[in-house]
Amino acid sequence: MKLELGYIPIRDIQFSSTSKVDGELLYVNKQELIDLLLQDEAIATVEVDIARPGESVRITPVKDVIEPRVKVSGTGGLFPGWCAKVDTVGSGRTNVLKGAAVVTAGKIVGFQEGIIDMTGEGARYTPFSKLSNLVVIIEPKKDLAQHAYEKALRLAGLKAAEYLGKLAIDIEAKEVHTYETLPLIEGVKAYPDLPRVGYVLMLQSQGLLHDTYVYGVDAKQILPTLIGPTELMDGAIISGNCVSACDKNTTYHHLNNPVIEDLFSEHGKTLNFVGVIITNENVFLADKMRSSDRTAQLCEYLSLDGVIISQEGFGNPDTDLIMNCKKIEAKGIKTVIITDEYAGQDGASQSLADADAAANAVVTGGNANEVIHLPAMDRIIGSIDAVDHIAGGWSGSLNPDGTITAELQVITGATNELGFNHLSAR
Amino acid sequence: MKQLQVVHYLNQFFAQIGGEDKADIPPETKTGPVGPGMAFQAAFGQDANIVATIACGDSYFNENADTALTDILEKIASFKPDLVVCGPAFNAGRYGVACGAVASAVRDKLNIPAITGMYIENPGVDLYKSTVHIVSTKDSAAGMRDAVSQMVPLALKLARGEEIGSASEEGYIPMGIRKNFFDAKRGSRRAVDMLLRKMAGEPFETEFPMPDFDRVTPNAAIKDISKAKIALVTSGGIVPKGNPDHIESSSASKFGKYDIEGVSDLDAQTYETAHGGYDPVYANEDADRVLPVDILREFERQGKIGSLSRYFYSTVGNGTAVASAKKYAQAIGEELLADGVDAVILTST
Repeated sequence: MKLELGYIPIRDIQFSSTSKVDGELLYVNKQELIDLLLQDEAIATVEVDIARPGESVRITPVKDVIEPRVKVSGTGGLFPGWCAKVDTVGSGRTNVLKGAAVVTAGKIVGFQEGIIDMTGEGARYTPFSKLSNLVVIIEPKKDLAQHAYEKALRLAGLKAAEYLGKLAIDIEAKEVHTYETLPLIEGVKAYPDLPRVGYVLMLQSQGLLHDTYVYGVDAKQILPTLIGPTELMDGAIISGNCVSACDKNTTYHHLNNPVIEDLFSEHGKTLNFVGVIITNENVFLADKMRSSDRTAQLCEYLSLDGVIISQEGFGNPDTDLIMNCKKIEAKGIKTVIITDEYAGQDGASQSLADADAAANAVVTGGNANEVIHLPAMDRIIGSIDAVDHIAGGWSGSLNPDGTITAELQVITGATNELGFNHLSAR
Repeated sequence: MKQLQVVHYLNQFFAQIGGEDKADIPPETKTGPVGPGMAFQAAFGQDANIVATIACGDSYFNENADTALTDILEKIASFKPDLVVCGPAFNAGRYGVACGAVASAVRDKLNIPAITGMYIENPGVDLYKSTVHIVSTKDSAAGMRDAVSQMVPLALKLARGEEIGSASEEGYIPMGIRKNFFDAKRGSRRAVDMLLRKMAGEPFETEFPMPDFDRVTPNAAIKDISKAKIALVTSGGIVPKGNPDHIESSSASKFGKYDIEGVSDLDAQTYETAHGGYDPVYANEDADRVLPVDILREFERQGKIGSLSRYFYSTVGNGTAVASAKKYAQAIGEELLADGVDAVILTST
């Protein structure tokens, strides 16, 4: 399976009468996009706004972030099972509007969403402050049940990203990156002397706002399985979750999974990157047992020498993480786990809800309880009302002058457990 | 830069008063640097000046801990120093405990920066590593030169209120305090590098050493549940509608205590969840799903249990530090005992 990603750098987004990509500028016909999204009967109103790097803008409550992409050649289309029909993606050519993103916002449950600041202290912690963001704010029809509202907002984000991505179908890419995974036996023959490395990607699957979808299937329903790394780059996995905002994988993270990128960069040099095993983080013990058993068995079946395991979320999923680690290590396969920490505001508490001596190689995305101070912004996109109630805020987090004192948890993507950021703790 | 004023704490041996035969001497003050203080003074150069040395016998300190410490603190405070250096104690156990206790008290009670040095196995390390910077030294005074060269730069930083780097950078024993920082490499790259080293059998350093977990042994089973007073305690965030105590949706700073006398069913009009870490829809529809008041009232009527305790306790487990949870559990446990509760049903989410 071989995929070429064509990068088209985007420097700015502007509203215009015609949607198009011109040089490094992305022009958007606002009304055309609003009309497209309003086709969903669940949606009452759509607002579209632009947030640029360095602007004094706060976006909240953030739901998802999605990178605009388009399939140029190869089977299937972007976001199979949602925007495109179900067909295997991950080969051929895909164009990417690099530097642009769709951000969805809307008050869903009241306390489950995140903050993206485009400047100041908060901007240091979120990767999305460096992007030109098209923000889509969706209000539902009256009395729409919360689960249905979440779904409508999720689909609106994907559709908006697809709409923007399609503008780049005929544009010549500035850079082309090629990723290839050989079939199992061919891989063994090509790299007989290199250690065989796999990636166990844990997907959040705990319920409303804690779901992830694979080719349209709710990840709660899957057994651990193999997926080609390039399939993720075409949107085979999308996010349906956001809380706590700091350590949930947005769709943008799935499209740009850094573990996959960094394993590919060593592929054929210091290691043989065999493939990705996806597993879930269900709430029932039987599911945890079953999924970690299957995951360890797949690792053994692939004759792996080493595995990187990435977590999503914290607390309850710490048990899935440790079960995966213990069972894979017990097969004689070396592991490194990527997690984040809840060590208390003072940093003095134990960081994880589960632990085992087998987890002797840990990468951390930082302590999500650490308190940060965010300056006031000139402009709010979305609604500031939820700040006291979102995970990481408290009564009084939002000060009358517009400044915010809260835990790092509130920042979208701040302690990402795919290792997307440079943040760590010691 | 202003020259810092330093007081040095030593035991009877290093203060050149005597060996074990002098271990029972009470605290005394000497002017300027003494013994190892000479090496410290040389290393401080013009940056700092050791104005006095306080010496105390190891046996005296450990046998008269409270009075000795009070006496030493008074003597130190009289010099109004900017910094207090204790030891280093190497592997001397009683001396290590004294150095840790003095440094810790200077920091907490006098609000003056303090530093000490010890060998990793000194009993003073376990007692004081989380409260003071203890530089890791060799196990005997043969390591004095190294200890001084490690302690002096860190001591100056502490005294000047400068940012302190990680334990491995600065040479102190990890304090167990987690602090965020931006690494040169992103996390995924660090993971790949760590895995390559681990697979090759090369040394690697984990970013988070696994903690030791408390394991709680379950109490003996209740002999006759039909006579037992049962209480409900939850980390699932069930609160009266409106969340009157403002319990946070994550990283709870408190727990709530709520009266359910006369309540036989938690409904959507009167109860809800404050928890931000799970799908709240079903808990808000019927909070009995998390806190089963309805079924316990039924059991109470049927005589299956003795009674349901008048109050339930609730906090939010989501993102709440283990140390906070432990504190709430102790407070709740004391109240339950005082109320004569025989058994508790703990529900999570």
